[in-house]
Order: sequence, then structure tokens, then C-alpha cells
Amino acid sequence: MVIDKVKKVNEEEKNKSRNEKAADMMIGKWVKCDSCKEIIYKEDLHKNYSICPYCGKYFRLSSRRRIRQIADEGTFKEIGEDILTKDPLNFDGYLRKVNLLKEKTKISEAVKCGICEIEGEKTVLAVMDGNFLMGSMGSAVGERITLAIETAIKKKLPLVIFCVSGGARMQEGLVSLMQMAKTSAAIDKLNKAGLLYISVLTDPTTGGVTASFASLGDIILAEPKALIGFAGPRVIEQTIKKTLPEGFQSSEFLLEHGFIDKIVERKDMKETIAKLIRMHK
Amino acid sequence: MKMSNVSAWDRVLVARQIDRPKSSDYIENIFDDFIEFHGDRCFGDDKSIIGGIAMLKDIPVTVIGEQKGKNAKENIERNFGMPNPEGYRKALRLMKQAEKFKRPIITFIDTPGAYPGMGAEERGQGEAIARNIMEMSSLEVPIICVVIGEGSSGGALAIGVGDRIVMLENAIYSILSPEGFASILYKDSSKAKEASEKMKLTAKDLKDLGIIDEIIKEPKEGLQNNFEKVTKKLQKYLIESIKELKELGNKKMLEERYQKYRKIY
Repeated sequence: MVIDKVKKVNEEEKNKSRNEKAADMMIGKWVKCDSCKEIIYKEDLHKNYSICPYCGKYFRLSSRRRIRQIADEGTFKEIGEDILTKDPLNFDGYLRKVNLLKEKTKISEAVKCGICEIEGEKTVLAVMDGNFLMGSMGSAVGERITLAIETAIKKKLPLVIFCVSGGARMQEGLVSLMQMAKTSAAIDKLNKAGLLYISVLTDPTTGGVTASFASLGDIILAEPKALIGFAGPRVIEQTIKKTLPEGFQSSEFLLEHGFIDKIVERKDMKETIAKLIRMHK
Repeated sequence: MKMSNVSAWDRVLVARQIDRPKSSDYIENIFDDFIEFHGDRCFGDDKSIIGGIAMLKDIPVTVIGEQKGKNAKENIERNFGMPNPEGYRKALRLMKQAEKFKRPIITFIDTPGAYPGMGAEERGQGEAIARNIMEMSSLEVPIICVVIGEGSSGGALAIGVGDRIVMLENAIYSILSPEGFASILYKDSSKAKEASEKMKLTAKDLKDLGIIDEIIKEPKEGLQNNFEKVTKKLQKYLIESIKELKELGNKKMLEERYQKYRKIY
């Protein structure tokens, strides 16, 4: 078991001197699990697919780390990285915020798209990134996703999108909303071209992304215990003036209600996707 | 009210007025022989969306509209114009039927948003909206969408993808209600007025952004006081647009519809 291995490594960690550990903390080598509150050595966490070795909680993945988990090493070639954020509302401080985020996250928008191989199968892969304005979809995200879909059509390749999003990006107003139409229309073209689209829903997938391409996969997979829905839980609670039951809008809830095909654990994701792609060749 | 210097917030308030004409009023005044159809053939009949077939002069058309109530009682029955998934699925069923019989589709948008309730989530609100948007992008009949009051969020877009997007002069169309927008970006929903001025949600703003095609002027004396003038204008626009779209042919029409959204970046 991966988890056992990680625990062993942690035993060794305990033997490190106090000063060494403190130094590691200082340079951000440790992270606290907000579910079980255990302190985890970052490297161990990453070796364990960014799953807490103590309680099994899934940490959210950056697009870079997700690509590393899914694409064969060295095969991912990014497309659309020159498609950048626009500011149609001239919204106060928006571009400044985006620029700060770019520096902090080292990514240029909330989705990274490219062509890669997954167990040797050539695939168009789009991976959203929750570290960038909650993975919200503005015009650049919509444009990049559409480019990815159109690239799949042009090159007759399967398409895999990893979704994580708070929904349409407020700061770009109706232009963001229209990205739902743009991406969904492109998916329609992909369908008519007879190509496979696997949508993978991860924590959280909500709002305008749920209400567009995320829900339109031929096959819809989800990571365990992800929050997936249209309206956010807080909005629903305010509307119905009740507290939602535990597990409402979780992957397991969606599976039970017939809206996803399968819940797949992170360590099995690459293999599952590769198998599905091969079965559609 | 002088319409030349009306603020965005004024329009939000006008768009929401309870005595502002609703989808059913447009249907009654623009079309003949409207026959309402019910149900999504799956779960139920959502009264916040009405739909059916009607005659636009001599053209049989399918008409769909988000329906708010005209008083408190009807509003409760209509869920304040906030559809559940079965409403969107009814709309899609009627649109597919329109495609089968080659009838143009006209939709009227007037909603504060898709209903954020527990049942809506259980029955796949996101999926229902997504499917409508996708299907509408390639239905092989002309689609004209008219925002008559409040067009808010995915709940509006779910019946809002088409060849022509039209707005009444005082209608609003936005990513979210100004209250929701303010609550997310200013962490204070009471700043809705301030938010509305920033959101570019008026017909003029959206025409300038290239998102909508046409603005239907409203009479100075108020829409409800000279409604016929507006419905006549709208009727003429609908007939002319359908003619234009039919002349284009399906292939060209669909390519233009795709490009209409494709270019929004």
C-alpha cells in the first residue's frame, strides 16, 4: 500500500533533528491536512498522488501536477498559452489581480491545454487549475477550452478535460456566460465528428462549468468526494433556509442520482482513462 | 422617467417590475392560436416555463418562454420564473419537436436564474442547462431569443442560444443577479446598485460588446402603457429575421450561429 510506505518514510522523518524539521517548515516543506490536521511532509504527499497518507483526503491538484499524473512523461505540449485574460468590463483591479496570480502560480490562466500521450495514446488534454481565481471560466478559459476541442476535431484525437471550477468568472460579466455557449457548441461539433470526450469532475466543479462542457462528456468520471453541482451549497441553503444533508452534491451523490458514470480513485485515473481511450479506437 | 439618462440600476428595477409584460403577454399579442404543451416526459411539468406552438402570421412556430407571475399568488405557482431541470427539459423537447416539423423557434427570456433548490440539484440542473445550450447550437431551424425582462445566468442561457439575440430596451442580461455579483465580488449583496453599473448588463452595453443583435425600443410612456406598439415592432422583426434565416439555408445559418459564439473572446 502506498499509504503504508508513506507512513514508513514519515517514521524516518521523525528521527530528523528538531532543528532540521523546523528549518524544513520554514522553507515550506510541510503541509497541514485540513481534514485530519496531521502535518505531512510535502514530498511524501506528492508521492502519494497528493492524498493525505493519514486520512485519505484528496488535496486539490495544480494543473501542472495533474498533467504529471496523467500524461506520459515529457509528452505534454501546451497549446493556447498565448490566449490571455481580457477585461471586457474594465473591472477595477481585475487585471492587476490576474497579473499577481500569474506571478504566484506560474500559470497564465485557469486552464492548461495541450496534446500529450496517455499510456502511449495520443490525446488532447485540458486541465483546469483551482489556484487561479477558483478555476473560474472567463473568456481566456473558454477560448483555450474551445481551442482544445477544435484541435481534437482537427487531429481526430480523443479529448479529456479535468474540471475544477467555481463557475463562470464574474469579473468578465456576460462575456463569461457566453463561454458556456461557445464551449458547448464546440463539444457538439466533436460529437458529430464521432470523437470521444471524457470529462473528469474534481473538487469543486460548480456553476457555469457544470452547466456546460463538464456535463457533456460521453463518459463522465469523478474523483471521490468531490463537490459537484450547479448552485453552490451556500446559495441553496440561503434559498431553502435549511442546512444541506452531509454528502449533498458529492461525487457519490451524483453517482446515485445518475449524473456520472464512475467514481475513479486518483491512483487509478490514468490507467482508467487510457483503457477507455483504447476501447474507443 | 427620461430614458436618455437612465442608470443601469433603474433598468434593473424596471426589468423586474411585477406589472411589466410577461412571456404570456408577448405570446398573446404577437402570435395567433397559441396552444400550450406540457411536461418533459420524464419528471413533471414546470410552470416557470411555458411553451407550445402558435402562428406568427402565416408561419407555424414553436414558442417557449420563462414565465414569471403577475401577482404574488401566480409568482409562487410559477416559482418566480426560476426553472427546475424539468422546465429546461420540456423546452428542449419542444425545440426538438420544432426541428422535426421545421418550425422556427422563438424564446422569451425572463428569469432571475435557474432555481437553486435541492430537487434541482438532485435532478441535474447543470446537466439540463448544458444539454440545452449544446443542442440549441445546432438545431436545424431558425432560433430567435428575446430577453424581455430579467435575463440572469445559465438559467437564461439555457433557452438563449440562437441565431438572433434581441433585447427590449430596458431588459437586462447578466452573468448573475447584481445582488449575487455584489455578494461574490464585494462580499456585500447590498452593493447591488453599485455592481449593476459595472456589469454591462443593459441592452446598449451588450450591443456594444457584440453579444446581442438588436434592441427593441420601449415607448417613453412605459412598456405596459403602449405594449401594442412594441409587440408590433417585435412581430415585424421576428418575421423579417425568420425570412432572412430561411434564405440563408441551414448550413450557412448553423455556421453563422457557431461563429456568433465562437468569436466572443
